[in-house]
Amino acid sequence: MPNISSWKDWLLFGAIFAVLMFAAPAALSDFRLNLLGKFLALAILALGIDLIWGYTGMLSLGHGVFFGIGGYCMAMYLKLQVGAAGTYQTDLPDFMTWNGLTELPWFWKPMHHFSIAMLSAILAPALCATLLGLLTFRSRVQGVYFAIITQALALVASLLLIGQQPYTGGTNGITDYKAILGFDLADNSVQKGLYIATVLALGVSYVFCRWIVRSRLGKVLGAIRDAENRLRFLGYDPVGFKVFVFAISGALAGLAGALFVPQVGIISPSNVGIVPSIEMVIWVAVGGRGTLSGAILGTVLVNAARSGFSEQFPAFWLYFLGSLFISVVLFFPDGVIGALRYARDGFEKLARRKRSAVAEFEEVI
Amino acid sequence: MFNGLSVSSILLLMALGLAITFGLMGVINMAHGELMMLGSYTAYVMQNAFLRQFGDQGFSGYFAVALPVSFFVAGSVGLLLERTLIRRLYGRPLETLLATWGVSLILQQTMRQAFGANNVDVRSPQWLTGRWQVSAGLEFPHLRLFIIFFTAAAVALIYLLLFRTNVGLKIRAVTQNRDMSACLGVPTAKVDAYTFALGSGLAGVAGCILSLMGSVGPTTGQNYIVDAFMVVVLGGVGKLAGAIAGGLGIGECNTLFESFSTATMGKVIVFTLVILFLQWKPSGLFPSRNRSLD
Repeated sequence: MPNISSWKDWLLFGAIFAVLMFAAPAALSDFRLNLLGKFLALAILALGIDLIWGYTGMLSLGHGVFFGIGGYCMAMYLKLQVGAAGTYQTDLPDFMTWNGLTELPWFWKPMHHFSIAMLSAILAPALCATLLGLLTFRSRVQGVYFAIITQALALVASLLLIGQQPYTGGTNGITDYKAILGFDLADNSVQKGLYIATVLALGVSYVFCRWIVRSRLGKVLGAIRDAENRLRFLGYDPVGFKVFVFAISGALAGLAGALFVPQVGIISPSNVGIVPSIEMVIWVAVGGRGTLSGAILGTVLVNAARSGFSEQFPAFWLYFLGSLFISVVLFFPDGVIGALRYARDGFEKLARRKRSAVAEFEEVI
Repeated sequence: MFNGLSVSSILLLMALGLAITFGLMGVINMAHGELMMLGSYTAYVMQNAFLRQFGDQGFSGYFAVALPVSFFVAGSVGLLLERTLIRRLYGRPLETLLATWGVSLILQQTMRQAFGANNVDVRSPQWLTGRWQVSAGLEFPHLRLFIIFFTAAAVALIYLLLFRTNVGLKIRAVTQNRDMSACLGVPTAKVDAYTFALGSGLAGVAGCILSLMGSVGPTTGQNYIVDAFMVVVLGGVGKLAGAIAGGLGIGECNTLFESFSTATMGKVIVFTLVILFLQWKPSGLFPSRNRSLD
């Protein structure tokens, strides 16, 4: 039932979407647009984190892994596109030649096709999340323990990626791409196309997540967050819901990874491990957990702050990030969106009081 | 076996402080690794001070001084942390996790600016560099023996403190039933603060000892934290015996798997096993019994 406030929301959504879609490419320099595209790709991942943390109350510290799987799938495709044009004039990716492989490993082979790469970038993380979810949620591992287990997953994944150098490129990751779908990646118009694709994907993901949280399913998720045991006593089995939403969240992270890689030109274990995974959580926290727009806003703000800091005073970035973690938790538990709402409510209250004061005054006269 | 024991004792030492702050108090302190790092840097500073003061001959004594000092340094940072930050977040574990992660980032950057981004080395004192020859082909480095005995002593001390003293009684009372303890006149806030300081101080001591095993850098702490949490979770939160068993289990498994594959693969296998194990016993080896739900 479309009421007035949701019409307003959709209008705002349409306006922001139009600005990102048409105004930003025209107004921003290529460098800035590329940065924005990167942030918006990450915002898709933040939506996923918000879905499980903000709405379902499970803190995952392993989302770097899902992001990484998506990113690596795309990177494998891009690397295979280089083909014989690479450093060693072989069909093998360059790092495989260094590491003495003579044949393409089996899991690399299907990645020649864009559609398979893209599909596995989304489905593989979802599958991975489903497996982990089934294992942990069925034994009722909750809250902090879930966070620690997912953190261990992030550690394991980055160790694996570093350790299996012949197959994954080791610490350096996979980089040095040439083309996507036959288009030159160094070309500015191709980068612009990637940006547009990212905005589209973000728009679709946003609508999808909004549909989930506004549906009856969203109500169950909120119930899991607020009182899981009570839900269980009412006859619901939370496991299925949790696994489902964790898988969706993983898929969104994978999609983000697949969009991130061609724009940035590299994926490496440093995008996967413990540190990036926990940083992703703070994007959502800064924007405001439990609000989808907050997740997007927070991602863009924190990442913009990061690139601003690393351009001007790199040493202070960690201080800033550290204080951000502390102050968000202590002072702004609902993030930017929460602060905005609070301010709006405050103003309204003030206005109402003023109005009633004026009315009183007139009555007296 | 001996190697496994040595790895286990290192893990246990790392997890001991965490078993108190996380296990007993339920505080997720992500800066625990950084408190260890503070201990390691304390050892480094002490070593340099002794080198300057006494030259090469007398410098070996530094370690005996470094141990209590690192306990004190990390303990007071922990006390400060509890008083200013963690106190406000009791009962909100996920928020604590994020806030203490922020603290860990700040501590890392502080150390990076104070000591540089490169790793520094702490030299073992001479009395720890030798080897104890048991028979041909079987020899134990003094350092590893020292760590094993030190860990055993530390565990014994903590055990005595928790179960045989008045302070320990109060700590256990507060962690078991805070409201009731408060009613009976236990100063719960004070006990919380000192318990946390104790756990943090132990982290400092662990860091001090670990500095002998490898070089120390601003990100050293981060490498330990997951291991330490795994030990506590595997053992069962809230039980000291659990931490001991968890440390032994993970240490021995790690050495075992490393022996027939690579170091990273060993770690991967161990973590997978831990996750699978939690399927079977979700609350660890030594679950603490209580009737509360949530």
